[in-house]
Amino acid sequence: MRVIFDKSVPGRIGVRPSRQTGCPPPHIEPKLLREQPAALPELSEMDVVRHFTGLSRRNFGLDLGFYPLGSCTMKYNPKLNERVAALPGFAELHPLLPQLPTGERLVQGALAVLHDMDRLLSEICGMAAFTLQPLAGAHGELTGVMMIAAYHKERGNRKTTLLIPDSAHGTNPASAAIAGYEVRAIPSDADGRMDVAALKDALDASVAGLMMTNPNTLGLFEPRVREIADLVHSVDGLMYYDGANLNPLLGRCRPGDMGFDLVHINLHKTFSTPHGGGGPGAGPVGVSAKLVDFLPVSLVKERPDGSFFLDYDCPKSIGYIAPFYGNFGIVLRAYAYLLSLGKEGLLRVSEHATLNANYLKERLKPFYDLPKPGVCKHECVFSAKRQVVHGVHALDLAKALIDRGFHPPTVYFPITIPEAIMIEPTETESKETLDAFIEAMIEIAKLAETNPEEIVSCPKTTVVGRLDETRAARQPDLASLD
Amino acid sequence: MILENLKYSKTHEWVRLDEGNFAVMGITDYAVQQLGDIVFLDLPKIGAKVTEGQPLGVIESVKAAVDLYSPVTGEVVEVNAPLANDFETLAKDPYSAGWMAKIRVAGADALKHLLSAAEYQKLAEGEAKP
Repeated sequence: MRVIFDKSVPGRIGVRPSRQTGCPPPHIEPKLLREQPAALPELSEMDVVRHFTGLSRRNFGLDLGFYPLGSCTMKYNPKLNERVAALPGFAELHPLLPQLPTGERLVQGALAVLHDMDRLLSEICGMAAFTLQPLAGAHGELTGVMMIAAYHKERGNRKTTLLIPDSAHGTNPASAAIAGYEVRAIPSDADGRMDVAALKDALDASVAGLMMTNPNTLGLFEPRVREIADLVHSVDGLMYYDGANLNPLLGRCRPGDMGFDLVHINLHKTFSTPHGGGGPGAGPVGVSAKLVDFLPVSLVKERPDGSFFLDYDCPKSIGYIAPFYGNFGIVLRAYAYLLSLGKEGLLRVSEHATLNANYLKERLKPFYDLPKPGVCKHECVFSAKRQVVHGVHALDLAKALIDRGFHPPTVYFPITIPEAIMIEPTETESKETLDAFIEAMIEIAKLAETNPEEIVSCPKTTVVGRLDETRAARQPDLASLD
Repeated sequence: MILENLKYSKTHEWVRLDEGNFAVMGITDYAVQQLGDIVFLDLPKIGAKVTEGQPLGVIESVKAAVDLYSPVTGEVVEVNAPLANDFETLAKDPYSAGWMAKIRVAGADALKHLLSAAEYQKLAEGEAKP
């Protein structure tokens, strides 16, 4: 498929803007004007519609089918969220309005949403307050780690190290390193949980904190989390909760009650906002009372008369981390989701997410190696070891699923499990969908034994087959689809 | 493929002790197989002080990005710099032309804690077993 610029024909236009708007032409300093017109593609409306419809047909999303990408919580995004976000009173707000002397009264509704969202997320996670500004999960991590650093700086602590389990998301060590910390990995034990003895060995005065997920990346709950928190707190370290796996805990237990001091959550995972192709996302960060002073500016506060304002008087804050107030439209969608579900709805989310994952796990167990048996939370991790014997790897199984109409699960993560296949069905899928996926997985497992070539040559139904991933990583060409 | 005359770490590095207390290290054939197509390699700097069990570099494949761990404690005296742009050599010949770093160690004892070929074979087989 050609890129839109290749389809451009000089002089072709879709719409001709009216010249009689009644507004005077804007005055722009001549030195600021372009010498040459911008090189924009010139197409008719129909050309544009066909181009983007064509692109969308080559894409696979939640509106098309099952998307069990482990650790990503690809739940359905209710259309109600979009309807709320499109309300003109929200959608047409200018982000600079609150900065105008008389602007505050015009944005009271939006400020109320941010204020209420802070309160709801704080309640769900057991935190004292949230910043809604981080623009993605990893951005939330960096914001959190910067607050950890600010906490230790204020106390005069000389801390240089963050502890991170070996099954952690790759963003955890990356965020720690960007914030200037050294990373010490904590191994898992034979059950797939954090090795507490190894944690004790790694603990010393240099430890600034521990970053962990619970349930962990194997979908297993860490039952010793309180003991782990006490150990980390004993050296004045802070407990950081990566909220990637919050979905099975909603309404049932709270990171704050487990001993965590900071939480980042992904609205595009747990709270049903779109998982963009790189954005926009949102990674709000919650903190316990001892870290509230370090939250980024600004914060939405309520006056005694019930009106809301943006508070910029935060002397100990880590400062500005995002333009304006974060991805407001995304926060708004998540707010609509929370209000439409309510407390009882959230309880059903965590229950069904866990039930669906365990159903898949039990039915696929006879056909795929399950390295860590037992009850899982929202996701389960298989290994393709049994299929590797026949020359079929996790990657091949993933490609075969594409031909059967499913988005593949996460493969080769977590790296602690060789040939990992990590399946997260989420709560929004019906039993019929789960059964269809299970049947496809069973069929593929049988084919891997009887006719491995058939699997290794997948996908066959797609526009392109196996891509040269090495070249794509080494010499990325992002401008051409040829 | 596991070579008899080398020592191995649990994290899939091999080590050979050359004359003059120089430990030459790389990653095993098993590690290369597990990683799949390699896309990036970050080797240590000459002069770097490395510690047994601590990261000394990074290797990235289409599947994963993982740390390379130093199998010994000492000082890096030489690195196989061309390897950072030649992953075919690393994949084809990990035990010889695919060497990564030469580390000056205190003595033969620096390798004492490492696995023998037979022990490493057992470890790799254990990982691969369904």
